[in-house]
Amino acid sequence: MSELTKASQPFRFSTRLHLSELTGLRATTLGQLLDLIKEVPGACIYHHTHRFLQQHQFLSPEPPNDFAYWITGVLGEDELGERLVSIDIMQYSTIRQLRDKIASTIENYLKDNPLAKMRFAGTGEEFHFIKSVSFIIPTSYVVYDLKEFSQVLKKITIESIYFHIFEARLRLEKPTNDFSYWIENSLGDKELADRISGFDPYTRTLEDLRNMIIRIVEKRISV
Amino acid sequence: MAKIEEYTPLVGQAVMDDLRLLGERLKGKVIQHINSTPVGGGVAEILNRMVPLLRELQVDTKWDVIKGGEQFFEVTKKFHNSLHGRPGEVSQRDFDIFMDTSRENIKDVNTYGDIVFVHDPQPIALVQKKDSNKWLWRCHVDVSNPNEKVWNFLMNFIVQYDSAVFSAPSFSRKIPIRQFLISPSIDPLSDKNKELPQEKIDFVLRKYGIEKNKPIITQISRFDRLKDPVGVIDSYLQVKKYIDCQLILAGGAANDDPEGFQVLSEVREKAKNDPDIHILLLPQNDIEVNALQRASDVILQKSIKEGFGLTVSEALWKAKPVVASNVGGIPLQIKHKYSGLLCHSVEGASFAVKQLLSSPEYARKLGENGREHVKNNFLITRHLRDYMLLFLSLYHPEDVVNL
Repeated sequence: MSELTKASQPFRFSTRLHLSELTGLRATTLGQLLDLIKEVPGACIYHHTHRFLQQHQFLSPEPPNDFAYWITGVLGEDELGERLVSIDIMQYSTIRQLRDKIASTIENYLKDNPLAKMRFAGTGEEFHFIKSVSFIIPTSYVVYDLKEFSQVLKKITIESIYFHIFEARLRLEKPTNDFSYWIENSLGDKELADRISGFDPYTRTLEDLRNMIIRIVEKRISV
Repeated sequence: MAKIEEYTPLVGQAVMDDLRLLGERLKGKVIQHINSTPVGGGVAEILNRMVPLLRELQVDTKWDVIKGGEQFFEVTKKFHNSLHGRPGEVSQRDFDIFMDTSRENIKDVNTYGDIVFVHDPQPIALVQKKDSNKWLWRCHVDVSNPNEKVWNFLMNFIVQYDSAVFSAPSFSRKIPIRQFLISPSIDPLSDKNKELPQEKIDFVLRKYGIEKNKPIITQISRFDRLKDPVGVIDSYLQVKKYIDCQLILAGGAANDDPEGFQVLSEVREKAKNDPDIHILLLPQNDIEVNALQRASDVILQKSIKEGFGLTVSEALWKAKPVVASNVGGIPLQIKHKYSGLLCHSVEGASFAVKQLLSSPEYARKLGENGREHVKNNFLITRHLRDYMLLFLSLYHPEDVVNL
């Protein structure tokens, strides 16, 4: 049983803290937004598709996508906003792919709705591009089995959970989230690893995510 | 003053662990804050809290203050207003006065820090002493629409810094140095924000003759045109037509601001025939401000411009429904219809206040969401974390930093 299995390599929890770096770039129309989405650093695309998860934890599930929020709330293009919100981020393993998908979604919409180009944001409602600068710091929490793993999950910051689930996969371009990777490769429990990687974390609050992983792991231990 | 461990019950042990981890990474660095005054004003207020807390986190933090005479501070007040986009001529003589005092300070102030952290325009010219150490400039002012002449003058200095820090995205412009977004914060354990017993709140209401059985609308801010106190009274009068309510306008006396007295007298004149309008001068009386916020049914912040507008976070922390202008840092604190209501006009403000007074359940939900949002984003612990990350960023130019 997994709780007895000691990992070949321990799991060290890291925490991820971030600073928002301003770029001074702003858009007032869809055309400007599109042009900038194509050229800003990947750290900007990452920020605007993930910021919401951390800053409004209590409001999730909400659009984890600033572009959609602005396009709907400020420009009033609800349909395009909906298309952007519904982009399934889990399908993309790099920021570049995600950027291309966002850009092509806007481009296609503009082709079908040329009048949307005429909409513009009023003063004070422009879209400001911001970069996310991540600081990854190893914590002192190191675990060797599932029991220790679930105990640490209960007390680690949500920033740590965020890092191992979201950032490791998309921003650091790992094949799956860190937890699943460790469980499969160091504990040899592919079934549990797949269960954790098999759900969409973007539709949950971070606290829900924490509780769900703990539940799945504890259930596994008790089998 | 509260010790660092007293914040643990509010934010959790894990958040405190992160702060200590960051503190360890800054060992050996001396951080030197420099501003223009040790007391009074938002910058001094936050430094008075941040400096001892950073020290408790083992970050070697110092705080120095520049000197300046009356003329110098008149000029920097003009700069402040111009950066907010208010009309008013800044002359060459003003720039000369600024530079004369700056030269004195460059001569007298020892900039010994490994990281020199300069706050606001008053000490900005000190960067001319920059050596091999790192320099940060923190702009606490709303510069979304600044007077270009003053901004260009300041840019001569800004470009010499390693990084700049602004409080809202709309304040940023394309500049050739790194710039970061760091919101200010409130201290949940300060007199202004700590929990108060109901008896204390009732005592303050009795003291000022405020009734408990009529809804209370409150704006806390100094008497300044940028806070639009006259507009607040106009909004209240529109609400009053339908709902019998009271208005409290409370704020500090503006000893250093001659215009403040003029605004105060205009406000008193406008309010004089209405016993339900309470104009209260509460200089440095944080407990009473706290009590008035807690006693209120709706908090207004109808500013025309805001550096950030922390009174909004103060109100939200007390789970109060807030109606506030969509300016400066306010939209960062209020997500419209989720954690408060944003407005753009007197009519908009009064409509929103009426909505909240008529729908207490909705108002309660907005207040609760607001408190949660402040807990996650606008408490001093987040501010401490951001500052420590900012210091570390000076040594790490990359987007993903492995510490």
